[in-house]
This record gives sequence, C-alpha cells and structure tokens, in this order.
Amino acid sequence: MSQAATEIVRISGHSGTVPGAGLNREYQVCKLVDTTTCIGCKACEVACLEWNGYTFTQTTFDNSYQTMPETAWNYWNLIKFNEHEREDGSMMLLMRKDQCMHCADPGCLAACPADAAIVQYANGIVDFQEANCIGCGYCMSGCPFNIPKFSPKARKVFKCTLCNDRVSEGLEPACIKACPTGCLHFGTKSEMKELAETRATQLRDNSGFRDAGVYDPPGVGGTGVIYVLHDAKHPELYGGLPRDPHIPTLVKLWKTPLRWLGNFGILFGAVGVFVHYLRFGPKVVKEDESKSTGEGL
Amino acid sequence: MNHDPYLLPNGRVLRYSFRERLIHWMAGLSYLYLLLSGLAFWTPWLFWIAIVLGGGTVARELHPWFGIVFMIAVVLMYGMWGHQMGKSPSDKAWWASIGHYIRNEDDKMPSADRFNPGQKLLFWGFLVNGVLLLLSGLVLWLPQYIPWNLHLVRPIAVFLHAVCFLFTVALFIIHVYMGTAMERGAFGSVIRGDVSRAWADHHHHSWYQQLLRNSTTRK
Repeated sequence: MSQAATEIVRISGHSGTVPGAGLNREYQVCKLVDTTTCIGCKACEVACLEWNGYTFTQTTFDNSYQTMPETAWNYWNLIKFNEHEREDGSMMLLMRKDQCMHCADPGCLAACPADAAIVQYANGIVDFQEANCIGCGYCMSGCPFNIPKFSPKARKVFKCTLCNDRVSEGLEPACIKACPTGCLHFGTKSEMKELAETRATQLRDNSGFRDAGVYDPPGVGGTGVIYVLHDAKHPELYGGLPRDPHIPTLVKLWKTPLRWLGNFGILFGAVGVFVHYLRFGPKVVKEDESKSTGEGL
Repeated sequence: MNHDPYLLPNGRVLRYSFRERLIHWMAGLSYLYLLLSGLAFWTPWLFWIAIVLGGGTVARELHPWFGIVFMIAVVLMYGMWGHQMGKSPSDKAWWASIGHYIRNEDDKMPSADRFNPGQKLLFWGFLVNGVLLLLSGLVLWLPQYIPWNLHLVRPIAVFLHAVCFLFTVALFIIHVYMGTAMERGAFGSVIRGDVSRAWADHHHHSWYQQLLRNSTTRK
C-alpha cells in the first residue's frame, strides 16, 4: 500500500512517457502456507508471540504435539497437528498453521455492530481496532474459521493482524520471517496463488499426492492466507479446516433484510401510534361520580 | 365497604398493589435500558445511543445483567399475574370488535376482566419473547463457552435475538402509547396504584362488578 505514494502518474514539463505510468501494481497481499513442507517446529508460534508482545501462558496438554486445543486471544498462531491414517494403513502427521485467514468477504466484519471496530484494508488485511471494539463477540458468531477470541481481562476480542504493522512498513509478517523450512511465503495474492499451484502440480505429478491442491475458499471470496494441501479434497483433516466456509446465512439475513424490515416496522409503529392519536385521540372516561376526580395523573 | 382492600375509602379503586407496581417498573426500567442499548447494537444509525449509555463497551457489559433483572421481573410477573392471563370465553368477541376499540367506540366493546385480551397478549408476548431472548442472549453473552462443534448455535442466537427483540419493540410501542397517551388514567394506576370508579367500570367492567359483588358479600 505504501508504494502508492511513490508511484508516479503524471509529471510536469516532462517530454516523453511517464516512467511507470499505467503500471498494474497489485496491492493484495497473501500468505502461503505449504503444509507439505511444514515440520511443526512452531518457530512461527514463537515469532508471533514475540512480535506481538505476548508472553507464553499455561496451556492444556492434549496428547498431541499441538501447543493448545485452539488459538487464544493472546496466541494467534497455532500449528494444528493431526495423526492421519491413510487408506494403505500408513501414518501421516498433518500439520497446518492456523491463524486468521483474512477473508476477502470477512464474516467477522459483517457481524460486527460496533462502528469501526473491524476494518479491511485495500491490501486485504482484516484488522480489529481494539479501541473501537465493544467486546460483544458477534465476530465470533460471524467467523467460519473460529478465529476471533475474547479476552476476559480486556473485555475485547483479538486475532491475528497479518502483522499489519510490519506489512505497512514493507516487512513480511513475523511468522514468515521465522519459518526455517520455507513452507511459509509472503507476497502478492497472484504470486502466491501461482506458487501454490506450481507446488500442487509438483505434488500431484512427482510425489504421488493425486488430490494435492490449493485451499483458497471461494465461499468467503478467497482468503489472504492460502494453503497447499496434500489432500485438498479433505481439508477437515487439517485441524478442522472447513470444506466450504461462508458467512453464516443467519448473520447475513440479520444484517440486511431483517434490519430493513425491523427499521421499517419500528418507524411504522412509532408513526402509527402518533397518527392514531391525531385521528382518534385519547380514551377519556367521563366521571359521573362527583367523588372521584377523574384523571389519574 | 370501609375496609375493602380494593374499593378505597377516598372513592377510588385500587388497580395495582405496591408489589405489582414495583415489579412492573423493575421490568419496565430494565427493559428501557435493554431497548436503548439493544437499538445501539441493532443499527449503526443508532450506535450513538451506546455513547450516551457510557460507551459501547459499558453498554455491552451491562446489557446482559439488565436482561437478568428483566427476566427476574418477568418470572415474578408470571407468578403474580399468570393466573389472571388465561383465556376467557369473551376474549374472542373482544378481538372480533377490536376495530371499535381502536376507534375509541368503547361502548360497543364486550366487557373486560381485570386484564383485557390485549393486555393478555402483551403479557404472553413479553413472556415468550423474554424466554427466547434469555436463551439466545446467554449464547451471545458468553459465546466463548459454546464449543466449536456447536458453533451453528451462535448465528441462530444472533438471528433469534434480533427477531424476538423486534416483537417486543412492537408490543412495547403499543403498550407505552396506550399506557400514557391513549388511556387517560392508566399511567397513574401503575404509579400510584388507583383509578377512579368510572375508569374501572369503563375499562374493566367485569372486574369492577366482581369487586362490588365481593364487597357486598364481605359485608
């Protein structure tokens, strides 16, 4: 995004063409996670904690290599481990780095009722603005990936920022920088998509993973984090990656048709009783008993 | 009729006891907070209400607690009024002549008991919607305790909470309009508790006649 400030479109008193004009620069950033080369070292988890200033806290042992059952408000990056038995009886340890997917069509943002608590930048990063967050947790109901987490202490919701603070300075996210195997890549969406497809083809053609493919779910308009999976037909195997994620229909119904219907109904009701009063007036009881004094208040 | 608990010595009729008034306002004022904070979360156009209520975070924090207060009041109301809110044979005729009621042609209305069928609708409407709001509200209050394999419950709660909210708003608008502007004397009855005899006879004829009969038998 910051490159836009140095991109020249017109030059005064200049003969000839404008260098770089008409250049089609892509701002959409993307993180590529190649699960096939992840070794589960958790360097990304540590880098995430370090950069974002959280300290490691007590966790739950789940009889697996996984650090904790799911991401937490102060633990945004978690490798999910699954001991998967294949059809031929052999074992595979599937490891997937779980974090915010930075959906093009974010369910958290759709569900959020607080003004400017969630923003989506032109580079695709979906970021929570904790100063504006009211802690209602509606984002947790709108997210199909179980990412936003409530902090009981701060009474607000937190999640991965895709290191927005680093990316805006031209740096790669902390997790990418820490990865020792190169299974994590960072670049523009089209670059990452191309790299991912190349890798998937390689897996299909040379490594015997017939169903290898790229996870970039269209249900949420594509994501700012994409995966290469050995078995793209069964994304659930990778720590419960949803097969066809989308914004919950009821959240969409609530935000658009129901809200308009409701606003109309409330206005109709308020205007309706006012018009009724103008037309018919109050119900006044004639006091024929001289003892009682009529009106109640 | 000197010591009759309902026919007061000053010639007025006790419509709502202190306990009834207190519980009514416990529900009324907590609902008002719920309504205002709820409207703030309902549409961005009204989010400014949250600022007035102490900011979005405070309003979000207090909203569920007011919900608990409201539901306690609703349960108390059920214990207090539930047995008087049953269907009575004349209800059908009352609804059939609702047009007269709306046009203030009250002389053409079948006589009402202590609570007329409209008030019964209000009572049951708030009770049923209140229970649904409580259930969905609990999910929205503490979504982090809904396990992920039950996460479909969360959007259901979001939607149900909004739908039930709208039903209560409809009931609330009519209730407040009738209780303040439309039915003169009604607001006083829920503040001070008493109404005039003519009011009692006019709006709740059957109830008033029953009070008179009880009073004579008591003598």
